[in-house]
Amino acid sequence: MQEQTVAIKGIKDGLLIALSPTEEWQSITTDLAARIDQQSAFFAGARITIDVGERPVPKHELSSLKALLERRGLSLWAVLSDSATTVDAAQALDIKTTTPVPIPGREDADDSEFNPEEDGTPGVMIKRTLRSGRTVNSSGHVVVLGDVNPGAEIIAAGDIIVWGRLRGIVHAGADGDEDAIVCALDMTPMQLRIAKYITTSPVDKRRNPKPEMASVRKGQIVVEPWTY
Amino acid sequence: MGAKVVTVTSGKGGVGKTTTTANLGIALARMGKRVVVIDADIGLRNLDIVMGLENRIVYDMVDVIEGRCQLRQAMIKHKQFPDLFLIPAAQTRDKTAVSPTDMIQTADKLRTEFDFIIIDSPAGIERGFRNAIAPADEVLIVTNPEVSAVRDADRIIGLLEANNKGPGKLILNRVKAEMIKRGEMMSPDDVTDILAIKIIGIVPEDEGVIPSSNSGNPITLNENSRAGQAFRNIARRLSGEEVPFMQLNETGGFMQRIARLFSGGQSE
Repeated sequence: MQEQTVAIKGIKDGLLIALSPTEEWQSITTDLAARIDQQSAFFAGARITIDVGERPVPKHELSSLKALLERRGLSLWAVLSDSATTVDAAQALDIKTTTPVPIPGREDADDSEFNPEEDGTPGVMIKRTLRSGRTVNSSGHVVVLGDVNPGAEIIAAGDIIVWGRLRGIVHAGADGDEDAIVCALDMTPMQLRIAKYITTSPVDKRRNPKPEMASVRKGQIVVEPWTY
Repeated sequence: MGAKVVTVTSGKGGVGKTTTTANLGIALARMGKRVVVIDADIGLRNLDIVMGLENRIVYDMVDVIEGRCQLRQAMIKHKQFPDLFLIPAAQTRDKTAVSPTDMIQTADKLRTEFDFIIIDSPAGIERGFRNAIAPADEVLIVTNPEVSAVRDADRIIGLLEANNKGPGKLILNRVKAEMIKRGEMMSPDDVTDILAIKIIGIVPEDEGVIPSSNSGNPITLNENSRAGQAFRNIARRLSGEEVPFMQLNETGGFMQRIARLFSGGQSE
């Protein structure tokens, strides 16, 4: 695969296409056109925001880019740039130069605007009981809506939440995150690991289970009632 | 589509799959059903022994699949029930001699002529197990009230669900009421607490099972055996009847059993 001169990702307002600020303009636009033609279904009808970085794009170039998109049924909605030339060109063509929701990784001029949207962190949801022999590996959090039976195993870089009985093996913060937690409605894991710490459940069978949360405190795993 | 294909499996070995298959086959035949039992444990055949048909085997499942005989020729008629047949496993081959597709095709050929096709699965979760469940309409998981057997049953149920054959129904075999009472054995509730599937039968431990299997006369032929009664109940439930579960604690001690013997052997 050649070096990325055109990077495409979905944003709240449609598609964000970041164009390399250094590559030759002609070859970038050719690449972009080819990408759109290859995946026309993906692009169909999308509202496009183009990020050209520091590149000064004169009006005629921007105009031809707009035409290139429109020929493919796409509307050029906004152009983001740190170059005054590009911003002027965009404004002359009646193209927006900001987006209402800030693009992550792009410091906008006005950073004072409060973003009400909580980003959160990604994870997986398993809406069934994990029986013996099943394993779940996740680089995020894991939520199980069901039991985790003895012989089942969950390994997550993030937190593990079991809305049910936890009786298998779980490892939260598997990449070393000691702030990771494990929650369960009935916490009787065969083995519970958080980061580099390991514990097992007490042998005595507690009836009347309560929701509990396990975390690392002062170098050991503590389990306490789950109160939020 | 005719017959219901029922596969009997367990994961763990020695929990009573073959005993269950033989007894259900006979109990269903006694009810007047047309039944074929298939031994899918290629290489370790047993079902023929338990059913008392060992010396009648000429052709087996692998002979059918490899075209050395017709399906009819491999079907051994039971001595007592003319509508009960056994298709034995090959003893000299292994599981790879049969594929899941072979099993589905064989079952489909039998469906129109029978009411039940019961398949005895080998232990394990490998090819033999996959062969056995491939044609199943319903899967019965046999387990004992022991942690290791229940763990394996749980694994099997997970695999059945992954293959869209699940969750299956549970047969809890070799249950000892006295030990449960003393807290030394898992109770049916303890088992379903973990497995969370429907129980279709609870079979009490019965010393009569081993000699009856050895002699090729499955225990369900014995009217006085509680294990035999339990298998008859499962057969009726398989046919869609609602049958209440036997009271476990009636197994009783030695003196009670003697008393029952003298009162005509009625066990329920």
